[in-house]
Amino acid sequence: MDFSKELLKKLYCTMLRIRHCEESLIEPILDGSVRCPVHLYSGQEAIAAGVCSNLEEKDYVFGNHRSHGHYLAKGGDMNAMVAEIYGKSTGSAKGRGGSMHLIDVENGIMGVAPIVAGTISLALGAALSSKVKKDNRVTVTFFGDGATGEGVLYESLNFASLKKLPVIFVCENNYYSTHLHISEIRTNDNISEIAKPFGMACFKVDGNNIFDVYEKSKEAVNLCRGGKGPVFMEFLTYRLRGHVGPDDNVQGSHTDIRPKEEIENWRKKDPLIFLSSYLLKNNIFSQQQLDEMKKEVEKEVSAAKAFAVNSEKPSKEELNYYVFKQ
Amino acid sequence: MSSNNNRELSYSLAINEAITQLMDADSTVMLIGQGVKSPWYVGNTCNDLIKRFGEERVIDTPVSENAMTGAAVGAAIAGMKAMVVHPRADFVLYAFDPIINQAANWHYMSGGQSNVPVVFWLIVNRGGEQAAQHSQALHSVFAHIPGLKVVMPSTAYDAKGLMIASINDNNPVVFSDDRWLYSQKGIVPEELYEIPMGKGIVRNEGKDITLVSYSYMAVESAKAVGELKKESVSVEFIDLRTIKPFDEDLIINSVKKTGKLVVADGSWKTNSFASEIISSVNEKAFEFLKAPSARVCLPDTPAPSASSLENVYYPDYKNIIDAIKSVLKWKKEK
Repeated sequence: MDFSKELLKKLYCTMLRIRHCEESLIEPILDGSVRCPVHLYSGQEAIAAGVCSNLEEKDYVFGNHRSHGHYLAKGGDMNAMVAEIYGKSTGSAKGRGGSMHLIDVENGIMGVAPIVAGTISLALGAALSSKVKKDNRVTVTFFGDGATGEGVLYESLNFASLKKLPVIFVCENNYYSTHLHISEIRTNDNISEIAKPFGMACFKVDGNNIFDVYEKSKEAVNLCRGGKGPVFMEFLTYRLRGHVGPDDNVQGSHTDIRPKEEIENWRKKDPLIFLSSYLLKNNIFSQQQLDEMKKEVEKEVSAAKAFAVNSEKPSKEELNYYVFKQ
Repeated sequence: MSSNNNRELSYSLAINEAITQLMDADSTVMLIGQGVKSPWYVGNTCNDLIKRFGEERVIDTPVSENAMTGAAVGAAIAGMKAMVVHPRADFVLYAFDPIINQAANWHYMSGGQSNVPVVFWLIVNRGGEQAAQHSQALHSVFAHIPGLKVVMPSTAYDAKGLMIASINDNNPVVFSDDRWLYSQKGIVPEELYEIPMGKGIVRNEGKDITLVSYSYMAVESAKAVGELKKESVSVEFIDLRTIKPFDEDLIINSVKKTGKLVVADGSWKTNSFASEIISSVNEKAFEFLKAPSARVCLPDTPAPSASSLENVYYPDYKNIIDAIKSVLKWKKEK
């Protein structure tokens, strides 16, 4: 497949925006200025970037507790996201949601929620609505390997297949379900196999290789757009950070979850390093050009932080706003 | 449409007419649920819906309550007016996540950016020796949840008007009806109309005591009112119609007049919605109360099967009469 220079820049910058934005949150978490639970996406950026760059603005995305990447890649406003994480009234949910309830309906980010597998069935409904309205939208639901333990996933696979819904089930298999390695929650790690009995296209993809992610996602989107959905995609990846917050869950520290060597091995497969090496090696961009992109991203991230820090918290009189829509 | 002001319709056909007319008028209305093809499940409430509106908007589903309820919520998030029916209210217990975690919280946790115009239609199917998992009335549980509205019509007229109001509402609504009401007949206008949510109605004016009820217990309450009239007891009977939000003013004003209150509620006594009504009267009209208020509810026991047990399990008009008489007789011990 041919990747234009423009597309490569877009993918690289999307991944870079996610990484820098994520890592910029560590300091404010540690100093207490960010209090809500924050599940960092560092290490998984190629998936959000590769999947979402195949979507149109009108397409729908539903996410989970670890959805900063999905939100940014689908076109969500960074200022509103960071302000939401800081619990400010300028946030995407006006300080009612925090990191785990990002939303930007205008850009097709229909909602994210931390109840594991909780938005999978919502994506079914969004896809059903597209069928009724014949609006040719594709809906993507992002979930993790932990969600394969939830019954609603299998109910949803069956129904999506039965009704040939234009929905893509994206499982980001980062090998950990909170604190448990996948070997402790499943008898095998062949997650993509679970969708086969339901008679849908299934892909197993290296989630740290942006080229594979992009190409396979394109195929999945085309299948759905052409009435040949649903599609199930398993992306193999690894979160460089721990389950929540900046704690890396390293064995031998105060937690006893992930072996140091495992983390080191995955660092070598960092999707950003993979892509930047490719871009340099093939003379697509010079180091100087990559540095400029990075500078731009850093500027955007610091501006978002400043926006969040300078915004107000919602006032106490507003506590019960938005319980009902009038 | 020529309006016939005296046309009679059963409660269940009033629901059918509400859905049919609204689906006709609004192409974003859709219905998902187990058994919408089958009178065995939903009585005649869904007659001809698939024939008229097709299988994309009226979907009989696999037995997957959690995903199907979530699908209705997701469709509503994406701009449909979605309804999901659970033909036995008990089945909804598989679907608490999409109802409570997602739909009820959605508008709030999105800071008002996204709303969920979905109806969770629960058919209570008590009696008939169906035992504990085919008989439960869960309205008090749902009324506890912020972000949900709960309606409980007792007449054919209200069933149509509240179904239409529920579907047109911008928020998640639990529409709870009862198979024991389905054959009740009443005058139902042919045109589309809404009963405003949160508005109760005084079915009988009286001065001795206030009786509040909703859904099937309103039928038993009406019987009790009739019987007591023969004994010259004047009962002010309020059919609440919606329990969340509920017409607090209507009840408070009535209790200010009568000074006495009985609530008849078809759910279990502990934490029943009846308890909520009595609390609110205590908070807002304590000085007007002349006797302790009373609840007529189900005992705190799962529904039995054997009819001999069912007969004592389900309260009827006689229990309501007894409760009213004991409140009227109450005297402060010196």
